[in-house]
Amino acid sequence: MSSAIQSNVVHSGRVARVVIHVVLLIAALFYLLPLFVMLINSVKPLSQILDGNMMSLPHVWTLKPWSEAWSTAQIGVEPTGLRPYFLNSIEMVVPAVAISTMMGALNGYVLTKWRFRGDTFLFGMMLFSCFIPFQIVLIPMARVLGILGIAGTVPGLILVHTVYGLGFTTLYFRNYYAAFPTELVRAAQIDGAGFFRIFWRILLPLSGPIIVVAVIWQFTNIWNDFLFGSSFAGQGSQPMTVALNNLVQSSTGSKPYNIHFAGAIIAALPTLIVYIVSGRYFVRGLMAGSVKG
Amino acid sequence: MARPNATDLRTRLQEWIPKLVLAPSIASMLFFVYGFILFTVYLSFTDSKILPTYGWVGWRNYSNLFQLPMWSVALENLAIFASLYIMICIAIGLGLAILLDQKIRSEGVLRPIYLYPMALSFIVTGTAWKWLLDPGLGIEHTMHLWGWTSFHFNWIKSSDYAIYCVVLAAVWQTSGFVMAMFLAGLRGIDNEILKAAQMDGASNWSLYRRIVIPQLRPAFLSAIVILGFLAIKSYDLIVALTGGGPGWATQLPSTFMYSYTFTRNEMGVGAASAVIMLMMTAAILVPYLYSELKEPK
Repeated sequence: MSSAIQSNVVHSGRVARVVIHVVLLIAALFYLLPLFVMLINSVKPLSQILDGNMMSLPHVWTLKPWSEAWSTAQIGVEPTGLRPYFLNSIEMVVPAVAISTMMGALNGYVLTKWRFRGDTFLFGMMLFSCFIPFQIVLIPMARVLGILGIAGTVPGLILVHTVYGLGFTTLYFRNYYAAFPTELVRAAQIDGAGFFRIFWRILLPLSGPIIVVAVIWQFTNIWNDFLFGSSFAGQGSQPMTVALNNLVQSSTGSKPYNIHFAGAIIAALPTLIVYIVSGRYFVRGLMAGSVKG
Repeated sequence: MARPNATDLRTRLQEWIPKLVLAPSIASMLFFVYGFILFTVYLSFTDSKILPTYGWVGWRNYSNLFQLPMWSVALENLAIFASLYIMICIAIGLGLAILLDQKIRSEGVLRPIYLYPMALSFIVTGTAWKWLLDPGLGIEHTMHLWGWTSFHFNWIKSSDYAIYCVVLAAVWQTSGFVMAMFLAGLRGIDNEILKAAQMDGASNWSLYRRIVIPQLRPAFLSAIVILGFLAIKSYDLIVALTGGGPGWATQLPSTFMYSYTFTRNEMGVGAASAVIMLMMTAAILVPYLYSELKEPK
């Protein structure tokens, strides 16, 4: 009797587990579908896309859409491909990430180890600044970039992304350094070590993981940004997202969908690679902004 | 005598260095964030058109704004979009998190698959979904080729249903992230409590309903706040997926602000709409951030 019940329980458990696996698998297919469709259609000739099925594999595999998206596709009015915009994005992302991460680290250090009256309030103000809808700063920013003479340039975009990235990098380093024993800092101080020496010798060597988190977060956000890029970039400084949007929206006549997909994947590739290589840190960065602890 | 003075000076300096290091960030925050907010608020009370001008018009931009049919459409769309987006993301996220938490061996493979869309630009997401949802090329076309000729899915071309396409693409992008938040919450629950309840004969269903889900309160709160914030500032996805159309069917306050400010040259009205967006965000975030900051002490 008891064994019958037990086997019954095990049995229903097994059915339940199969159901769970099926549901999870369907969900995985849902998330993979758009990427799969983009991938296979980016290596098809256009003719097969137009009279074929988006789910069918290519009859003829071709990398031509990729090379055209990269170097000859019509972006706006120029047939330059995405390459120059890719370089713009890199020129913009690297300094903006480096500066905002460095300043964030120092801010986090000050806000946790050199506390002063009102520091929590200042931090609260910085934190709120991460979560403003950026529409509220577009008009004055356009004016200020114009006054500074860097409107429509890459340095202008670097400034914008650095300024509005600081809140998040500060948040990351502050939370990370808050768990770091303050006694160690005090002991080093008594030994005569100064502000920068303590930071350089004691905190920074242990900051590896949070630096990775902050760099990945900033890189992903700035690379993927569209609002600032489309508002403040000029002809020679448009980032990848803006170029991709121009590529997809502007073509007239029969649209070269395969080139659009190749372009979309090229635009997604840097952040996808970062995600694949260091997904753990990416998730940590996402969570640090949202969940306590 | 000189020595103590020197050390005095040094410690003084040491006291100032931290503040000097912090100063550039604080200054840029005050200028670029709060200064700019004040400037935009000010502009929303002026007669600015193409460029900022400083003729005071009081509340006129706001009263104009709320009489514009396009703004009503944008607000209505935001209400539909935000509520569906938040509810569906939480349902999918929580569901997947609970299922993944059943000691699934392939969790290590599945989790990154659920989460990768979060690493993509909304422009890429919009491009992909625009195509999938296009009846002549995407899912509908494929179903027809597969023999299901009565299948219809042309929401993106319909002004009544296009907003649901935006919900679909946005859910695709962020529900994996919500899953990760809930999974982290589930992993934080004390197993002993669950075991005790199980011994008392609680079924799996009631276990989750009575004990697990109530313990996920912080994760729910975070998810609602973050998703609400993402919904208000959604802009790129609309641009890439529908361009705000068909007609005005998928305009949101963010696209409204952009088009009134930069293409219709009604900067005063654009500024007013940005101020309303900020107030909506603040209404969600200020209480949340306040409680987050207050507690650790």
